[in-house]
Amino acid sequence: MLDDRKTRILFGSGSVLVALALTTAIVAATGNNPLQAYANIIQGATGSPNVAANVLVSWVPLALATAGLLFTFTGGLWNIGIEGQITLGAIFCTWALRSLQNTALSPGAIIAVAVAAGMLGGMLWALLAGALKTFGGVNEIFGGLGLNFVATALNLWLIFGPWKRPGVASMSGTLPFEPELWMPTISVQSRLAPVPLVLAALALVTAFILLRGSHFGLRLKAVGKNPRAAYLLGIPTWQHMLLSFALCGAFAGLAGAVQVSAVYHRLIPSISSGYGYTGLMVAMLVNYSPVFAGPVALFFAALGVGSIQLPIVLKLDSSLAGVIQGFLVLFVLMGNGLRLKLLRRKRGTL
Amino acid sequence: MVSYNRAEGTTAAPTHTSAVKEKEMKRIRILILAVLVTALALPIFAQASAPKAAGSNLTIGLVMVGPYNDRGWSQANYDGMQYVLAKVPGTKLVYIDKANSADRPGTTVSQLAESLVAQGAKLICFSSDDMMDEAVKFATAHPDIFVIMTTGDQQWKEGKAYKPMANMINIMGKMEYMKMVAGVAAAMTTKTGQIGFLGPLINDETRRLAASAYLGAKYAWVNYLKKDPAQLKFRVTWIGFWFNIPGVTADPTQVADEFFNSGCDVVISGIDTTEAVAEAAKFTAQGKQVWAIPYDYSKAMDEGKGVSLGVPYFNWGPAYAKAVKEAMNGTWKARFEWNDPDWKNINNPDTSAVGFNKGALSKAASEGVDKFVGELAKGLNLWTGPMNLQDGTVYLKSGQKATDQQIWYLPQLLQGMTGQSVSK
Repeated sequence: MLDDRKTRILFGSGSVLVALALTTAIVAATGNNPLQAYANIIQGATGSPNVAANVLVSWVPLALATAGLLFTFTGGLWNIGIEGQITLGAIFCTWALRSLQNTALSPGAIIAVAVAAGMLGGMLWALLAGALKTFGGVNEIFGGLGLNFVATALNLWLIFGPWKRPGVASMSGTLPFEPELWMPTISVQSRLAPVPLVLAALALVTAFILLRGSHFGLRLKAVGKNPRAAYLLGIPTWQHMLLSFALCGAFAGLAGAVQVSAVYHRLIPSISSGYGYTGLMVAMLVNYSPVFAGPVALFFAALGVGSIQLPIVLKLDSSLAGVIQGFLVLFVLMGNGLRLKLLRRKRGTL
Repeated sequence: MVSYNRAEGTTAAPTHTSAVKEKEMKRIRILILAVLVTALALPIFAQASAPKAAGSNLTIGLVMVGPYNDRGWSQANYDGMQYVLAKVPGTKLVYIDKANSADRPGTTVSQLAESLVAQGAKLICFSSDDMMDEAVKFATAHPDIFVIMTTGDQQWKEGKAYKPMANMINIMGKMEYMKMVAGVAAAMTTKTGQIGFLGPLINDETRRLAASAYLGAKYAWVNYLKKDPAQLKFRVTWIGFWFNIPGVTADPTQVADEFFNSGCDVVISGIDTTEAVAEAAKFTAQGKQVWAIPYDYSKAMDEGKGVSLGVPYFNWGPAYAKAVKEAMNGTWKARFEWNDPDWKNINNPDTSAVGFNKGALSKAASEGVDKFVGELAKGLNLWTGPMNLQDGTVYLKSGQKATDQQIWYLPQLLQGMTGQSVSK
């Protein structure tokens, strides 16, 4: 009975309610009106076409990261190194833009090459984590974490060193690229570029098709559930793991390239913006389902953008959005764990 | 009805000949045409002219790089706007602080400014050098919003970054003078002859401010203390940003410690926050008498009263109030301001753009500071040659006075200073 659809929904919505109740209690404890806080977040995310566009701008890298993580999670891998993969994507994209900006190539071609370079950068960095795991015996969590630090250091070194502004090293990043090399937006006033939006949607569709409707997806799932059994069944295990790393890295690199070419128009120190870690939360929250990844990523993006209102209007810290996100993931996972435990106990007694 | 009757009356007037009528009609037609052309051309002109006057009410949006209560740069800007609220009736303030991509990942500063516009702001003040690119982006995309870009040089016709934008005003105070005063206070106090300068990141502004502090210190060392300039050690260490970002910048606490542990007994802070004062208090409490000079904010000495020699600070209020009034009454004009102190009283809150609050100075040091301020007021110019850059190239020939551009865009530290001139 605990395994049917109804119970799952019951446990899921119960977990969400607990998360919301706790967040509400925290806001109330700080002497603020929780309803007002929520109203401000909603207003800040949907109040005008402009902020709605900002939500979509923030959704793109988050959806890309989440789409990538669906592959590694399906393969039973914790790709914590995704932040570094986003960063490397941004670095490769910047490198390509810098190298090509004064050539005869058309701006469109330069941007296309730069985006491809970004995907390559993310992929290589992910493969490094994968290789450390398969050939070096380094758990991908630790390998990824280490590579994140290396990526940040590399990024800072480039910004403060070889790629610094003339005479000035600045946390504001490298010199912005000429507007011709910015991904075109829907209007001068808007920050929303349609191409990345399409790319992110395509990434989610690709993840869906590959994971739900291909032999590769099925085999990857087998590897994720039980690599030993999969190996005995004749599935090339480590190859599948590496492939899932490569796919995830490519999507993460794309996210980094979008951050450079469509959002900041330069390389900045915190270019990955935590989208990788947030993507991990989204992927866990949707239980690695490619169907729900997009909408939940949109919800998380809306929370992030909407919460900017909190310090402006209520003098509340905008990290409240992070609290809600964290609680949601925590309680949904706990709820599911509890349900499975009860299920086992019930089966045991039968 | 009235106009109809009038028109009827005109046509019916027997004194009018048809020729006169025709002439009048022609005149009216020309008038209508002129009005039409103007109306059509207006949007074209609108882009090149300042935004429409805000009238008797104005909501100001302030974007700060650090926390609004950082006891440094951001708080000085916040207090400047509080001054505006008190002095200019009809103004309201909305603000966002910690506007940097490390504290608010995924956001851009222009996006944050738009959030303030959504709250009714018609004037946005970008109060940090870090926001330059985004302020230009924002001002270009929103020609209907007034923009103050503090510390910027985009509206300086003679500047290197000139980009005319009708809606932007740059405001900066001549902190160079007060850094010189800080240098005097440091030189008059140091027992070891070693002064440390805790620098933020390396750019034109920070180079010229560090150099100003050195010029002041050297002046007092040679002219007041009659000592050999070669005996004065002035060392600059940059942390990499305006304030500490763990894991990204060098830790200002450690840099201050390093100064105090390696012979410096005065540290002049050039960063937005007050670590140097806290460390000086710590060392002094442990029995090693050292001093610090904080920066930016008039009350920045509060964290270490006994060890702070004084504070060179910005007084943004008057300049902000002036720009705000102009935005309201329609006299806004894009420009670059580099405002002087009020030499009659450098600490006058209504007239002086920069000031220096004296702290735990000895009697001799305090007199030295007063004497120096008096000399500056009378026209003493320390930016006078002969002066060499750090690598030995001539910066000013003997007797040559530096132009504003030479000072603003100082390409290196000066000869006699130790530390990195250009980021490598």
